[in-house]
Amino acid sequence: MNYTASRIAVLVFLMFVGFVLGISFYFARKAKSAEGYFAAGGTIHWFVNGIAFAGDYLSAASFLGICGLIATMGYDGFLYSIGYLAGWIVALFVVAEPMKRLGKYTFTDALDSKFNSKGIQLMAAISTLAVSLFYLIPQMVGAGVLVTPLLGWPHWAGVMMVGAIVITIVATAGMTSTTYVQFLKGGLLIIFSTVLVVAVLNKGLSTEAGENTFIPRTIEAASVSPTVTTEHGGQSFVKIVQDGTANWWIDQQDGTLLEAQSKTITAKGELLYNGAPKTANKLKSVGYITKLPDGQTKTGRLGLFKYFSTIQGSEIVRYPKSKFAKFDDGGDHVCVFVPEITAGEDLMIPGQKFKLKSGIGKLNFISLMLALFLGTASLPHILIRYYTVPSARDARKSTIVAISGIGFFYILTLFMGLGAMTLGVIDVESGNMSAPLLAKSFSLVLFSVISAIAFATVLGTVSGLIVATSGAIAHDLMDNYMDIKMNDKQKVFAGKIAAFGVGIIAIILGIAFNGMNVAFLVGWAFAVAASANLPSIIMLLFWKKTTAKGIAWSIGVGMVSALAIILTSPNMYAQFGISATPIHQLNQPGIISIPLSFAILVIVSLMSQKKADAVEA
Amino acid sequence: MLNEPANNTDVVDNAINYKAKLGLKLFAVYGVIYLGFILINVLKPSFMKTEVLFGVNLAIIYGFTLIIVAIVMGLIYNAICTKKENEMNKEEAA
Repeated sequence: MNYTASRIAVLVFLMFVGFVLGISFYFARKAKSAEGYFAAGGTIHWFVNGIAFAGDYLSAASFLGICGLIATMGYDGFLYSIGYLAGWIVALFVVAEPMKRLGKYTFTDALDSKFNSKGIQLMAAISTLAVSLFYLIPQMVGAGVLVTPLLGWPHWAGVMMVGAIVITIVATAGMTSTTYVQFLKGGLLIIFSTVLVVAVLNKGLSTEAGENTFIPRTIEAASVSPTVTTEHGGQSFVKIVQDGTANWWIDQQDGTLLEAQSKTITAKGELLYNGAPKTANKLKSVGYITKLPDGQTKTGRLGLFKYFSTIQGSEIVRYPKSKFAKFDDGGDHVCVFVPEITAGEDLMIPGQKFKLKSGIGKLNFISLMLALFLGTASLPHILIRYYTVPSARDARKSTIVAISGIGFFYILTLFMGLGAMTLGVIDVESGNMSAPLLAKSFSLVLFSVISAIAFATVLGTVSGLIVATSGAIAHDLMDNYMDIKMNDKQKVFAGKIAAFGVGIIAIILGIAFNGMNVAFLVGWAFAVAASANLPSIIMLLFWKKTTAKGIAWSIGVGMVSALAIILTSPNMYAQFGISATPIHQLNQPGIISIPLSFAILVIVSLMSQKKADAVEA
Repeated sequence: MLNEPANNTDVVDNAINYKAKLGLKLFAVYGVIYLGFILINVLKPSFMKTEVLFGVNLAIIYGFTLIIVAIVMGLIYNAICTKKENEMNKEEAA
């Protein structure tokens, strides 16, 4: 879609960014010591920390990605909400208090607290870097996605701007400013998402689509003269010139043609939407209801349960990416956005993204749910937040505040996603902007505020991730592993330099992964975290025979196996346009890499029992 | 700005073992509910279409239940842990 900036959106956006930077500079004075920089001095109130947890966690993946996935794939997107929240159970019941008691600045401290092992220090630091980088990718992709409609900038410019602002924040004030940014942003996100859901329920459902929604026309095939006819994926596509513009229609095999939207990259490199340049605004938003229960055309205001039961009895037009027809027309590369009418009852159960009727679909589904469940308690930027509160009791209380806030928000995601799906606001090229565009369909002010909060979401989460990675480099690698003697000031300086380097890498990756759903990308980060870190954390706490070598090997094997499966997955091939057949069909690695990591820990620990004392010494 | 006194991790907590065991028990309970959700989806996904409450299907109700149960169990866990900490650490102090 062609997005143009509005004054109010730019104004609200600048206010938010200015406010975030103001907080950052204000708290800069607290970041002089290493403890102040990496762990906010361990003085944050549990309630503030709990909401900040929510702020950290309700990242671009949750707000943009999950809502986008629900808007395009239905209930399958909500699986991420369920899994992300369920993961907090592991954090609360198993990990929170012991991690607080054992650690100091980073989760490596906790893992290494009994051993003082170089192997653990190295592997845990590398794992923190790998997981955080994977988590950074979707945040940066989300940043670019947001800036496009807000400011009218291209995706890469948005990514670069976020990178620059975040590097400034982190290099200025570290964990204290990150915490307060997350606290404010987490609270505002929950409040304004609630406002949006109330608006969705008040509007209800209707078969009358909005004026900006694409409603395809149907014409008699015999009434037009096609210039080109092509076959793709069992369907016929017909190119027709009308009013001087060439566009594609779908042959419905009943003597009629259905109008389609399309994107063409001409042989000369020109980008056309529906046969016209992007600035002509020919590409419209999609998604609408074709049939409501009992022949209704409009429901009016709906209650919580009635909203769902009405959608279950409806029929909805969607544009799943798997249905897009991509072919060449002479020297032009064409992508026709093919619609699919789906029964509401099928959209309200899993199965659109995860093909649960196939063996590999089941495996991907189980693998994802396992990784989401076990991943939360293994995310370095979440774990370091346990060191910002004064005590283990505060760590527990802040986790419960986080669960309550996050759980409430995740319930809202289903309403927001379905709202976007049925109110015709989805950008057919990317579902990531569904929630902000849903807000825009109600009010420009609501859109501006929600987009600015979402942008602050990205800023805050990226800041937290960069603090975690800079801690891994300066504290775990340089100070502990390499034994580079640094005083407090030098350690903070090293952390800031590390933050700068990681920020640059994040910018590059954010541009490279443009177009992928951000919730899906975060799913990978969870899988890497659960595979690399969780087995070590769990076994350290509950198995006395765990050795330093066992932990180091478990982290290494878990991380490498998860990364190897992801990097050779069908989704990765598709993202980078690799035409070769993938070497396996698994898109989610957790089901293999997590048990493997546990097994390696047990085996190596048992093999190194006699040497354990030597390692500990 | 709602900051608290610095770290007091040196304080002895006699309730650590009790809390760890309770945490594991509650984790097991939640794990079973979560596993049930996965198994239904894998073994008989169409069962998720069954209307169970106010015309809403099992998938929605089960999903919301998983979220709400997590919050409720968290609150219960915190209440029990806080009570035990107060009891066990007071005994020690006495």
